[in-house]
Amino acid sequence: MNLLESNIRHLVRFTLNGAQVEGYAEPRLLLTDFLRHELGATGTHVGCEHGVCGACTILLDGRAVRSCLMLAVQVEGAAIETIEGLAQEDGGFSPLQQAFHENFALQCGYCTPGILMSMTEYLRDNPNPTKKEVRVALSGNLCRCTGYHEIVNAILDAAKALREEDGASS
Amino acid sequence: MPEQVQPPNKHVGRRTLRRENLALLTGKGEFVDDLPVKPGTLHAAILRSPHPHAEIVSIDCSALKMSGVHAVVTGKDLAERTDPMLVGFQNPIDYYGMATDRVRYMGEPVAAVAATNRYLAEDAVEAIKVEYRPLAAVVDPLQALAPDAPLLHPRADSNCVSTRHFIHGAPEEAFAQADHGATLTIRYPRNSITPMETYAVVAEAVAETGGFDVLSNFQGPFSLHSVMTRALRVRSNALRLRSPKNSGGSFGSKLTIFPYIVVLCVLAGKAKRPVKWIEDRLEHLSAASSAANRVTKIEAAYTEAGKITVLRLTHWDDNGAYLRAPMPAPLYRMHGVSTNGYDIRNLEVTNHVVVTNKCPSGAVRGFGGPQLYFAVERMMQKVASELGMDPLELVRRNLIRPEQFPYQAIAGALLDSGNYQRVIEEASAAGDLDRLKQRKQAALQAGKLYGVGYAACVEPSQSNMGYISTLKTGDERRRAGPKDGAVASVTVSVDATGSVNVVGDSVPQGQGHQTVLAQVVADQLGLAPDDIAVALDTDTAKDGWSLAAGNYSNRFSPASVSAAHLAAERVRKKMADIAATMLNAPAEDLRFENGKILAAHNPDNAVPFYRVGGLAHWSPSSLPEGMDPGIRETAMWSAPELTPTSAKDEINTSLAYGFGFDFCGVEIDPATGVVRIDQYATAHDCGTILNPGMAEGQIRGSWASGIGATFYEEFAYGEDGSFLSGTFADYLVPSACEVPEFQLVHPTPTPSPYTRLGAKGIAEGNQYTTPACIANAVADALGFEDVLLPLAPAKVLAWLQSSERPPAEGTAPAKAEEGKPRIGGSGEVQVSATPESVWDILLDPQQMAKIIPGCDRLEAVGDNRFRGDVMLGVGPIKGLFEVRLDLTDLDKPRSAKLVGSAAGPLGSSSGAGVFNLKPMEGFATLVEYSYSIQLSGKVAAVGGRLLHGAARQLIERFMAALARQAGGDAAAEVHSTWRALGRRLLALLGGAR
Amino acid sequence: MKPPRFDYVRVESIEQAVELLAQHGDEARVIAGGQSLMPMLNMRLVRPQVLIDIAKAAELSGIKANGKAVSIAAATTQNALLRWQGLRAHLPLLAQALPHIGHFQTRNRGTVGGSLCHADPSSELPLCLALLEGVVELRSRRGTRRLAARDFQVGVLTTAKQADELATRIHFPKAPEDAVFAFKEFHRRHGDFAVVALAAMRCGNAVRLAVGGVGDRPEVRSWCGLQGSAIDDALNEFAWQLGGSDDIHATARYRRELVRHMGRLAIAETAP
Ligand SMILES: Cc1cc2nc3c(=O)[nH]c(=O)nc-3n(C[C@@H](O)[C@H](O)[C@H](O)COP(=O)(O)OP(=O)(O)OC[C@H]3O[C@@H](n4cnc5c(N)ncnc54)[C@H](O)[C@@H]3O)c2cc1C
Ligand code: FES
Ligand code: FES
Repeated sequence: MNLLESNIRHLVRFTLNGAQVEGYAEPRLLLTDFLRHELGATGTHVGCEHGVCGACTILLDGRAVRSCLMLAVQVEGAAIETIEGLAQEDGGFSPLQQAFHENFALQCGYCTPGILMSMTEYLRDNPNPTKKEVRVALSGNLCRCTGYHEIVNAILDAAKALREEDGASS
Repeated sequence: MPEQVQPPNKHVGRRTLRRENLALLTGKGEFVDDLPVKPGTLHAAILRSPHPHAEIVSIDCSALKMSGVHAVVTGKDLAERTDPMLVGFQNPIDYYGMATDRVRYMGEPVAAVAATNRYLAEDAVEAIKVEYRPLAAVVDPLQALAPDAPLLHPRADSNCVSTRHFIHGAPEEAFAQADHGATLTIRYPRNSITPMETYAVVAEAVAETGGFDVLSNFQGPFSLHSVMTRALRVRSNALRLRSPKNSGGSFGSKLTIFPYIVVLCVLAGKAKRPVKWIEDRLEHLSAASSAANRVTKIEAAYTEAGKITVLRLTHWDDNGAYLRAPMPAPLYRMHGVSTNGYDIRNLEVTNHVVVTNKCPSGAVRGFGGPQLYFAVERMMQKVASELGMDPLELVRRNLIRPEQFPYQAIAGALLDSGNYQRVIEEASAAGDLDRLKQRKQAALQAGKLYGVGYAACVEPSQSNMGYISTLKTGDERRRAGPKDGAVASVTVSVDATGSVNVVGDSVPQGQGHQTVLAQVVADQLGLAPDDIAVALDTDTAKDGWSLAAGNYSNRFSPASVSAAHLAAERVRKKMADIAATMLNAPAEDLRFENGKILAAHNPDNAVPFYRVGGLAHWSPSSLPEGMDPGIRETAMWSAPELTPTSAKDEINTSLAYGFGFDFCGVEIDPATGVVRIDQYATAHDCGTILNPGMAEGQIRGSWASGIGATFYEEFAYGEDGSFLSGTFADYLVPSACEVPEFQLVHPTPTPSPYTRLGAKGIAEGNQYTTPACIANAVADALGFEDVLLPLAPAKVLAWLQSSERPPAEGTAPAKAEEGKPRIGGSGEVQVSATPESVWDILLDPQQMAKIIPGCDRLEAVGDNRFRGDVMLGVGPIKGLFEVRLDLTDLDKPRSAKLVGSAAGPLGSSSGAGVFNLKPMEGFATLVEYSYSIQLSGKVAAVGGRLLHGAARQLIERFMAALARQAGGDAAAEVHSTWRALGRRLLALLGGAR
Repeated sequence: MKPPRFDYVRVESIEQAVELLAQHGDEARVIAGGQSLMPMLNMRLVRPQVLIDIAKAAELSGIKANGKAVSIAAATTQNALLRWQGLRAHLPLLAQALPHIGHFQTRNRGTVGGSLCHADPSSELPLCLALLEGVVELRSRRGTRRLAARDFQVGVLTTAKQADELATRIHFPKAPEDAVFAFKEFHRRHGDFAVVALAAMRCGNAVRLAVGGVGDRPEVRSWCGLQGSAIDDALNEFAWQLGGSDDIHATARYRRELVRHMGRLAIAETAP
């Protein structure tokens, strides 16, 4: 147990998309700002800073969370995944990204990283969701451009592709 | 939406996948806040007014000596260093982007600080002390016109700053001759399509020009560039505006970022460093921009056969506290189509531009259309129901007929093309209107509340830059000189290895312009879209641009696409001339295909595209006689149909006009007031479809924000001017669960004859139709006229039920606190002390200090007047407030009035309480109290549903402390009225605990 | 929207948290999931000197079913509880109510204890705790005490927890064999705080109903053998007793309508 003083920048280390990273943060520094401006991982976006819009959603130890509602110092030692780590190893789109691409499921793309990270967890736990379930799962991510229809279709397509991928590999 | 593919090697009309996605799906987008800034760049935070209306008595920045803070600007700096920002007409409003001597809306900037990071800048903002003298506020546009209404701008003689009256045809006569007439008054609420990315500006003063370099997500129109340079007192070429590749949506809102650009330039100038400002969501919701709310009185006259002969529209357009260019443009952008798609030849319009104590208005997707068409389409529904006619039949009878195109509407719009009847037929068939009507019958038979609604709209695209001049009188216009057209600019160049580059002025906000322009240029040059590079990040120092540049009013498909088409055609022509000499064939006979230029009659006679491009760079001497070297064509495109306002105030407000038609069935739950969409169909004819994937995306996006405007979204203000929708938990943006599925119908397109590819805009249609269509269905279901958006269930239920079940006989109703946001209540407390000793406490600052929660010390500042610093709050929420108390109406020891105010970083509050001290037996007193409190500032904006309870808790704590102070340690019980009554009721209720 | 300055400590045990609370008292604030605290910090509505992060303290996380109760460590996340095997059998009401708390992303962080300590009048967990007559266990250097739901939550965002106390466990009585539950919620958008939320429980002919979102905290009534129009009468009186106020989402009157309407539905749903 270590008290981190308010006006000092403290070393924070964790893994970001599998790679060990570190930087310095005052206790009050939001994780969003740390990711974006200390580590240069600007793919995670900020839309409200009060937890409602979902643009900042990342995976913390495999679970989708709002990074605007976390402090950088809280993730010491954690494993974080962001949009930058979503593509396949060869750089190609993951099934989720591919489905978004083919379905015109993004316009400005500002909400997209948060949605992709949310759905990464969601589809892992719910490989075969219904349309209605997808809408409920999406409700924590606001999008102003698309009207959601194509996003829902993309997620259903991605679920199918992932199931097939899974079926093929097992 | 189906592809409308022409020949196999053509790309316009195809569902070409978006190239923009490659970066956006991998986290490599380039939004303003993603881009690196120069070392030493500072970060700004803005201090904002907690008051809807107040004089600024003083601003004390002396506490800003803290380290890391580099500069601060206040309204004084703006007034010294800039000129007021111009709008399209002479008016008595000085607007600097920051309050100078008065604040006029909650959230108005009062000071801006530049510090080494945003956190410090926010610390600094909190350390600025501002003293305000609150003034009465007005938020209703009609009340603002009352003679005793608070006047916002002292130089004006009224809160109505412009009135214009238009007569087209002979409305007076038409009304006099009519069989029937109808009148309806509409109130359209305030909303916006709050983009997910907020405003972002990085500004830097540039020594060599004496001007500024600004990176921002400004969306245009760049006519505002000169508003900024005039305000900043610099030459036009000394303000370099840049925008990055990506913008996180705008929907109009990022137009009104320009006042912030001016403020940031001044701050950067003072700080002598670049300064970056990223607006936060609270700032965006309270103070960025909003569609003007509007009151419209609409009158119509019509024949027995259902032919509408005349409309009279009187608009009171509430633009909030200031006018910012191009406001009040939405009133005028729609002027030419005031009669929508109907063949109505008499029209009278009166436009009142009103100011109130709300956030200044700005552009919102739809730009004046939602307000106008809501009135017109609601009137169609009303006329039909008065005639006992099917509303769709009424619509059909009045629509412009196909053979009438191009059709000059009575107010001047030159409707280019369309077949409105066919759209309705196709929509009714594909959307299964018959089934809908059957469902309605079945629902009514089952006793349900079910209604059907229709709405039609003419959807303007590519605004005439001259329409705002319609606001001026003919004389004023003559003096100012003609204004018209809408210049779009695209440059297509071919480099030395034959690669094609496209640069344009469309400032995309996410719509996929790069992909579409690549499709258009590829088709001209016989290449694949992937061969074409498209750069749409803008830079006024380098790009071709004109006033109309930007992303608004459905501009892209008609304007930018036409300019790209023209520029590519010129490149093609030049390359054909070069190839003609190489192939020894006439230039007119050459085809561009698959990366080759070939003779149409002898396809083997071909030369690779890149060779021709290369020749223009590598060997100018080989070019045909007189030809310039290189290949770079800039097209500046406007359309001759965009003419200035006529002497009779007719204006062709836009270039191309699409058509939209919706119908729906809704069922209303009589128990909850929830309106459920049972079936919905929408059809849009937007001429040539450039990329169906994207066109459909625009419709679906517009549908979602149409649903938002219809059911959820409103910038709510209290009557006192306090702003109440400060978070995304209060301003309700629909999520995937709230946006229902609907039937998208693809009618036969009628291409525009005035745009190069026949394309019209498509992004706004459902902003117009969806609210009107659903409101018409609700009106049909309820037989109720005054349908007010958004359709919050509480509101709808109140229309349904005139009375509420009272509490049981013999018990007075418990007092609920109704009316927003005036927080009030009453209660009583028994104190074991005489009225005299209670009285002494109330008048003694030392004793009062002990009973005010969070107060250490009160000082007397006059007769029965106190002040003190008080830590006020509820639960974990706490803030330091400067509290002032004033005891008046003293009637010792019977009654007194306590008037107080509190001000601090969390907001401001003022209130009054009345105490009645009633002696009771045994040296006790019954203290009856009532209070009313007004809250504004941050707590009001974000506190939402918790405010009443929180206020009550504080009052109860105070009363309990009073009782303790007066009566020694004996714990007193405070009964707010409802609790006291609750207990009495409980006693009566059998079985209850 | 950036938080003010504070010191930060991540504790590993209850002991450490309690010590720090004793040291700093009112100046300290516990952060569990941060789903309510962080928005308030970002808006600078809250200004602690020290933030005590309990999210990683192993002993503050976990669920135990013992005898008559389910005991949930305070920093157990709402999603962990939702995924708990025994939920449906032992706490069927919570199985219905938990999915209404925000979104799965907020439930991944938001904790059971955090929701109760935050004491929002519209929250689902306090409503369930009130209906089920659960108990909050509080620990401080001064000792341990257990407060019944009605003694714990006292008003808007206000509990009887003292500044030096940590909520350590929440005890929910297991559902009696014969109990039938219903949960109803009305909100503007999916995932929003409730405009009105109701939880009902029936054992034989005894019915208990709890209502959130109207008064300053959840309120509970119980009745025996109510039938027919007596149900409506009882609900009407309950609705009037709750008071409530107007806000931008609904009026006080609308809330009363919902109590009458949804109360009837909830009670009907529990009927045999
Ligand atoms: C978008 C969004 C939607 C939401 N919707 C809902 C909803 O519909 N219903 C709902 O109920 N909630 C909702 N919430 C809030 C909910 O997610 C929170 O989980 C909950 O209110 C607080 O739990 P927490 O663990 O996050 O607590 P924190 O935010 O960490 O803390 C909340 C308060 O409790 C105190 N506290 C926490 N734990 C303890 C402890 N063990 N001992 C002493 N004090 C403690 C803290 O000091 C703080 O004052 C929503 C939140 C968001 C962001
Ligand atoms: S930015 Fe985190 S939820 Fe909106
Ligand atoms: S794509 Fe723009 S917000 Fe979703």
